[in-house]
Amino acid sequence: MKRRSFLASLMLVALATTTAPVAADEPFIVVASTTSTEQSGIKVRVVAVGTGQALDIGRRGDADVVFVHARSAEEKFLAEGQGVKRYPVMYNDFVLIGPKSDPAKVAGGHDIVAAFQKIEASKLPFVSRGDRSGTHIAELELWKTAGIDIDKAKGPWYRDTGQGMGPALNTAASMNAYILADRGTWLSFKNRGDLEIVVEGDKRLFNQYGVMLVNPEKHPNVKQDLGQKFIDWLVSPRGQSVIASYKIDGQQLFFPNAGSDA
Amino acid sequence: MADARRRGLPIIARNVRVARGDATLLDDVDVTIPADERTFILGPNGSGKSTLLRVLHGLQRPTAGEVLWGGAATHPSGQAMVFQRPVMLRRSAAGNLRYALALSGVRGAEAERRIDEALGEVGLRHLRRRAARALSGGEQQRLALARAWSLAPEVLFLDEPTASLDPSATRAVEDIVRDIHARGTTIVMTTHNLAQAKRLADSIVFLHGGRVTEHTPAEKFFRAPRSREAQTLLEGERL
Amino acid sequence: MSTFSESLLVAVGLIVHLDPHLTGIVLLSLRVSLTATLVAALIGLPLGAWIAVSRFPGRDALIAVLNAMMGLPPVVVGLVIYLLLSRAGPLGSWGLLFTPTAMVIAQTVLIAPILAALSRQVIADAWTEYREQLTSLGATPFGGALTLLWDTRYSLATVLLAGFGRAIAEVGAVIIVGGNIDGVTRVMTTTIALETSKGDLPLALGLGTTLIALTLILNLAAQATKSWARARFG
Repeated sequence: MKRRSFLASLMLVALATTTAPVAADEPFIVVASTTSTEQSGIKVRVVAVGTGQALDIGRRGDADVVFVHARSAEEKFLAEGQGVKRYPVMYNDFVLIGPKSDPAKVAGGHDIVAAFQKIEASKLPFVSRGDRSGTHIAELELWKTAGIDIDKAKGPWYRDTGQGMGPALNTAASMNAYILADRGTWLSFKNRGDLEIVVEGDKRLFNQYGVMLVNPEKHPNVKQDLGQKFIDWLVSPRGQSVIASYKIDGQQLFFPNAGSDA
Repeated sequence: MADARRRGLPIIARNVRVARGDATLLDDVDVTIPADERTFILGPNGSGKSTLLRVLHGLQRPTAGEVLWGGAATHPSGQAMVFQRPVMLRRSAAGNLRYALALSGVRGAEAERRIDEALGEVGLRHLRRRAARALSGGEQQRLALARAWSLAPEVLFLDEPTASLDPSATRAVEDIVRDIHARGTTIVMTTHNLAQAKRLADSIVFLHGGRVTEHTPAEKFFRAPRSREAQTLLEGERL
Repeated sequence: MSTFSESLLVAVGLIVHLDPHLTGIVLLSLRVSLTATLVAALIGLPLGAWIAVSRFPGRDALIAVLNAMMGLPPVVVGLVIYLLLSRAGPLGSWGLLFTPTAMVIAQTVLIAPILAALSRQVIADAWTEYREQLTSLGATPFGGALTLLWDTRYSLATVLLAGFGRAIAEVGAVIIVGGNIDGVTRVMTTTIALETSKGDLPLALGLGTTLIALTLILNLAAQATKSWARARFG
C-alpha cells in the first residue's frame, strides 16, 4: 500500500484560501504532506484558489478533496450531493484593515458591524474581494448583518476588484482603503503601505475552515481512500497539533477545532 | 549523350492566347519547335518572349489554345530551364545539383558522377563545396547551366541568360550552351542581344505585340526579315 | 526607485546562489515552453508552408483568421483548454488537468498560429523567388514548400524564437490549466504573479529580471548562430 500509493497517487486538494496561496498555507500543506508521506505515502498537490472557485473545481471532479472556509457555500455543496461529509478542521479570524489616518474613526474597536456602518455612511474607500471567496462571502454577510443592502449602496467608494487576497491588499494599500482580510494573509503580507489592523476580536469575524471529500459517486475518478486518509489525518490529534504549531513571525495562524460543531 | 526517349518533341503551340486581367500577353500564337535546333525567340520589349518561353516549358498555362509535346497534351519530364537571374538554394554548388538530380530520380553514385562531370564542364569543379549563393553572378549562371547539363534534358529553355553578365561571362555561357546542344539537347532561348542570336541561332521566332510575325532560319532572318517590326529592330541594332 | 535597485540585488543574489527552488522553476519554464515551441513548430511550420504555396477558395480568409489568432488572449486559451481537460469535460478521462502536460498543450495552442502565420509569410516571400525554378525542376508545390522550410531556416529560426518568447512570457494560460502547484506546475511567470500578490515586490521583480535576462541570452545566442551560419553557408 505504501509504495503503490506513493507511486500511483497524486492527490489533488483544492484549497480555498483568503491567504496568498503560499504564505499561510503552502508550508502548512507541505508539512502535512511530509508527515503523511512518511505515514501513508500520499503526495498532496495544492491548487490554491478562492472558495467559490475551489468548490467549482470540486463540482467538475477535478479535485479529490476541497478545503474551504465558507460554511454556507459548503452546506450548499453538500446539499447538491457533491460532497460526502463536512469536517470542521480549524479556524482563524478576519480582521478589518484600514489606513493609519483612519478617517472612519473605527480604530481600536471590537465591533465590526458598527465599523462597516460608519464606513458606508461616510462613503470611505473600501476594497472588496468580489470573487466568491470565503472572505468575500463573509464580507457580504457582514454588510447584511449591518442592515446595508450593498448592491444598492455601492458607489465609487466601494471598489469591487474580483481579486485574490494578496492583490486586493495591494490595491487597498495603494488606495489607502479599508479592506476585510484574514489574519494569516495579513501577517505575511509585505506591501502594507500605510495600512494596519483597525478592528479585530469581534465574534462575527470568526473564520471556520471545513474539509470535504468530493463525492466519488458523482465523480468516479476521485481517489476516495487517499482523500479520506488525508481528511482523517487533518482531524487527527497529530494533524491538529501540526496545524497549531504553524506560526508566522511567532504568531499562531490557525486554531484547530476538529470535532466541534463549527 | 543522345537520349533515346524522344517523347516531348516537337513542341507545337496552336492558337495559344495568354491574357492576364485586361492585358493580352500572347495572341493567336502558332509555333512549332523542332528537335535538335537552336531556336531563338526575338522581339522588342513587352512582345511576350518570356511568356511564350514559359508556355512552351509548361510553366504557364495558356488562357486559350493548346500546347502539345511530342503529340501529347501532358507536359513531359526531361526539360530544364535557366532564368535570367539564377535561383540557387542555400546549399553548396554540388548540393544544388544533387537536389535537382534527386527530383528527377537520380541519386547515389550516378548522381555524384553527373555532378562531377557537369561542374567540370562549366569550370566550377574547384567551387563544388562553396555556398552557391556566395558565388558571383557569372559563376551562379554557369552553375545553373551545370545543373541543367547534369539533368541531360531533351529541351533546354533559357530566358535571357546573359542579360546581367559581362562579356567574358557571356562568352563562357554561350560556349556551354553550344556544348549542351552538341550533346543532343534542343535549345529554345530568348535574348535582347542580336549579336548573340547571330552567333548561336539556327532559326528565329519573331514576336511583336504578342503575335508571331515570322519563324525563319536565322541566316535568312538577319539578311532579309519579313516584317517591318523586325526590320526596325535590326536597324536599331546597326545604328 | 528603491524597489528597482532592491530587485536587482535580489535577482543577482538568486542567480549567484543558484537557489535550487528557483532552478527547478526555471527548468520547468524552459521544459514547458521549449516543448510547446517544438510541437507547435511541427504543426505550424508545415501548415504555414502549405498555405503559402497553395491556391484554394477561402485562402485569403484563412490567412486573415490565422493572423488574427496570433493575438489570442492567453487567458482565453487557458480557459478553453481547462474546460476540455477538466474531468467534467470531453477529455477529462486523460487526467491531464493541473499537470505540466496541460501547460504544454495550452502553450502549443497559443503559439502554433503565430508560427504558422509567420512561417507562411517567410515561405510565401521565398516562393515568389523560387517558384518557377523549383517547378521547372519538377518539384510539386508542397515538395517545394518543404524544401523552402529548410532553405529559409535562418528566418524561421527567428520565427521560432518569437513563438518561444511568447510562450515563456505568458501567465494567463499556464496558471489556469496548471493551477500554479508548487513543485509541479509553478513556472517563472506564475511565481512572479504569486510573489506580487504576496506583496513581495522585490522578489517578483528579481524573478522578472531573471526571466528577461534568460530570454535575452537565448536571443543573442540564436543571433550569433545565425550570423556564423550565414557567413559560412550563404
